[in-house]
Amino acid sequence: MEFFRNVNVDWMGKAKYFVALSLILLAVGWASILRNGGLRYGIDFRGGTLVYVRFAGPAPVDQIRKGLQAAGLANSSIQSISDNVLNGNSQNDVVIGIEKKGEGDEALDASKQAILDVLHKTFGTANTAGKRDFNSITPSSLADYLTQKDPLSLSTNAGDRYNQLAQRLTDARDKQHGGIVTNFDDLKNVDGATPGVLSALKDGFALDNFTIRDVEVVGPKVGAQLRRQAILATLYALAGMLLYIAFRFEWVYGAAAVIAVFHDVLITLGFFSIFHFEISLTVIAALLTLVGYSMNDTIVIFDRVREDLRLMRREPFAQVVNKAINQTLSRTILTSGLTFLTVLVLFLMGGEVLRAFSFAMVVGVVVGTYSSFGIAAPIVVLWNKYRGQGTAARAGSAADKRVTAAARR
Amino acid sequence: MNSQLRWKFIFIAAVILLCIYGLIGVPTFPTSWGQVKQNLADRIKLGLDLKGGSHLVLQVQVDEAIGQRCDQAVDQITKQLHEKNISVGEIRRVDDTHILVRNVDPNTSGAFRDLISNQFTDWALTPAAGEQNGFVVAMKPSIVADIRRDTMDQALETITRRINALGLTEPTIAFTGRGENEILVELPGEGDPTRAKSVIQAGGQLELKRVADEQTFPSEGAALASHGGILPPGSEIVVGKAESTQAGQSPQPVYYILDRAPIITGQDLRGANPAPSSNNPGQYEVRFQLSTASAARFGPFTEANIGHRMAIVLDHKVYTAPVINGRIEDSGIIEGNFSQESAQDLSLVLRAGALPASIKYLEERTVGPSLGADSIREGVRASIGSIIVVMIFLVIYYRLSGVNAVVALALNLLILLAFMAYAGAVLTLPGIAGVILTIGMGVDSNVLVFERIREELRSGKAPASAVAVGFDRAFLTIIDTHVTTIVSAVFLFLFGTGPVRGFAVTLVIGLLSNVFTSIYVSRAIFDWHLSRMDRQAQLSI
Repeated sequence: MEFFRNVNVDWMGKAKYFVALSLILLAVGWASILRNGGLRYGIDFRGGTLVYVRFAGPAPVDQIRKGLQAAGLANSSIQSISDNVLNGNSQNDVVIGIEKKGEGDEALDASKQAILDVLHKTFGTANTAGKRDFNSITPSSLADYLTQKDPLSLSTNAGDRYNQLAQRLTDARDKQHGGIVTNFDDLKNVDGATPGVLSALKDGFALDNFTIRDVEVVGPKVGAQLRRQAILATLYALAGMLLYIAFRFEWVYGAAAVIAVFHDVLITLGFFSIFHFEISLTVIAALLTLVGYSMNDTIVIFDRVREDLRLMRREPFAQVVNKAINQTLSRTILTSGLTFLTVLVLFLMGGEVLRAFSFAMVVGVVVGTYSSFGIAAPIVVLWNKYRGQGTAARAGSAADKRVTAAARR
Repeated sequence: MNSQLRWKFIFIAAVILLCIYGLIGVPTFPTSWGQVKQNLADRIKLGLDLKGGSHLVLQVQVDEAIGQRCDQAVDQITKQLHEKNISVGEIRRVDDTHILVRNVDPNTSGAFRDLISNQFTDWALTPAAGEQNGFVVAMKPSIVADIRRDTMDQALETITRRINALGLTEPTIAFTGRGENEILVELPGEGDPTRAKSVIQAGGQLELKRVADEQTFPSEGAALASHGGILPPGSEIVVGKAESTQAGQSPQPVYYILDRAPIITGQDLRGANPAPSSNNPGQYEVRFQLSTASAARFGPFTEANIGHRMAIVLDHKVYTAPVINGRIEDSGIIEGNFSQESAQDLSLVLRAGALPASIKYLEERTVGPSLGADSIREGVRASIGSIIVVMIFLVIYYRLSGVNAVVALALNLLILLAFMAYAGAVLTLPGIAGVILTIGMGVDSNVLVFERIREELRSGKAPASAVAVGFDRAFLTIIDTHVTTIVSAVFLFLFGTGPVRGFAVTLVIGLLSNVFTSIYVSRAIFDWHLSRMDRQAQLSI
């Protein structure tokens, strides 16, 4: 099977359309960023408190808002989210965020406590009865409790066996019931959960109809520090790539590749703003992935240009680049298509935690592929034209140049 | 099969066996799928974002310890000046490392210089700018660095002892290496770090001091006023724990005047344990025992002060100030509205020792176990699903050669996971991103080679030479793309923090194994296939 054979497209002749398209995308994205007052950073980078809560049923957003207002936390944000794009109806999860600008770290911790207090006061049933909440118990505390109660009347290895039982019970809670058990009888299929064990659980625990899935508290100073370090690491990585490509090819190839990659990141950030995604540490990982991916794509084309230059010494440089892109087009479409497929699956099925990450990848794969022939290649062509030598002899690696010069003599 | 090819396959088989061993160990037959899964879970370490748990970053306020040293020096210098009859106008601490001494009597300034340079070798003396007969005594930078390092080491040790005493599973306590004076505490599986946090943060500085004035005062001003504005020498005002004296009244703070020098400090303790309170049923108290050496001091002291009060000061706050009724040898009790848990925690903190400086929390991330489980399940499911789709497509598009690519991809994943298991690397969410990029570039390497072989076949080459040329040509490209990405990953590892590093680690391992699988292994399979097929037959690509 084969999709493309003997393609003959004048890519460089269309370079101005590509550049125009990029400029439009950049303008639209960054207009959105400016209108939103800058990039939307996640709690990691901004500093603040974030509590991710799951309810047993649809999340009572209005009640939460009232509770928070009554506790003097009116400036908090409440965002209800669904766990799966394909299953948009189950809005059981809520993210409550409080941003603290320029306040002390103690205030951050206090706001986390305040949010938890509001939730417990509004929806909690566990603490009032003097019982602990089963949905937030850790396996080790559960094991301690079971060992103390000894509902199975074990004499030997009691600690070990209750440890395992506690692990199985919490596993069942977390994996089969999404972290929320609404009735202790739901656990009766767990290996070792005899009626005695279940009644011991009922004695010691209550079931809140919500559970805390994730808490993040980040001091504003740390946020700024993390942001600076992520940006610095990325810039150093780009510089490293530039040096290596300059060493293997010529410096203009390195510069073109890095500009193209930079262009990809800027456009992806624009899309983030348009679709209201926040930039978190995981998203940085996605941006780095897309940098690697786009760079890979660009080098494949450049490599072919270098090779073709040795064979086509008389042809205009733009012609050589066109041929290289056409020759690698089949590979480009195939690889990009498959990678796109991978990240699309991740975006649709990967769950909430991976959502922003896979979104960056979906956008990045498309933009990264396009920028290789749409941005990086035209820059090299343009540079060669500017140097006044439209012929291939000027390009190629430094070693090649010497070979060419020797051949002329 | 010629012998060179045979050795290649023996080498590949050895790598595969080594990887399988690294991942699941030697399977005991009969083995079950569950057992294999368990072994896998034991060997691949998951990060907190996937496993659930608490991640705390705290900062030790090292400047406090330095300032304390400065205070001590002020006290010592004052005492020495007094003994040596050197008169100065004023001596005070300016900041954490500088002491200002003003108006040193010109006749004794020589003696003053000698005193500092002979007895305070950690300090450097310079004339104060704009002051006649004024001097600045500054802590030497090397000493500041020493205190900084000692304080951090001690804080790390103390926190480690406290966390270990809490009995949590596999905690990590280490310097972050990121910002200054930061310590990272990771508590896997801990869904609620509130208790651990308060145990870590507790100062734990216990002091027993003689009460200098039997009265208590409602405010600092009142305490000072009762002594005509000047405290008795060697004494200080310390606030007491606020307690309501009468029902219905809000608690009022109480102030005590105590001796500055403690009789007993936390370092003199031999043990501390919670016990049900003997005076207040339902409440708990903390009982402590003294070491032999300090008991030898404590006995005579209590005997001499029968009828007087003694204050139990915890973190610069008076907890109780009981009247001494008789000689006490080597034990004491801290009372004060403790629950069983808080009495337990305080005993633990006292046993583990005091923190050298207070700490502040900079960061707290707690991933609940269910969220971590969800992330793994969804991430793994999505990844496996998409890899299968990609593999099916490769087989359809490249037929038999596609099978070759599938083998190379699968082997790539196997090596990546096994290497992570061997190296003890931690798989995190950004790490999964690294895996995805590895898969993408693995597919790309195969596609590059195959497209090149097709091109060579189209130009009329025989299968064997098309394969050889295809691999040779693609080799350069693959090396260039891989080295570029590895270079960037190395920079990310060197300059990045946690999550960025996790990404870099998996990426480097994945790309190295990809060069091996997509060039070495794939080539070997092609060669094997070519050696078996008819010279004139078509290559299935």
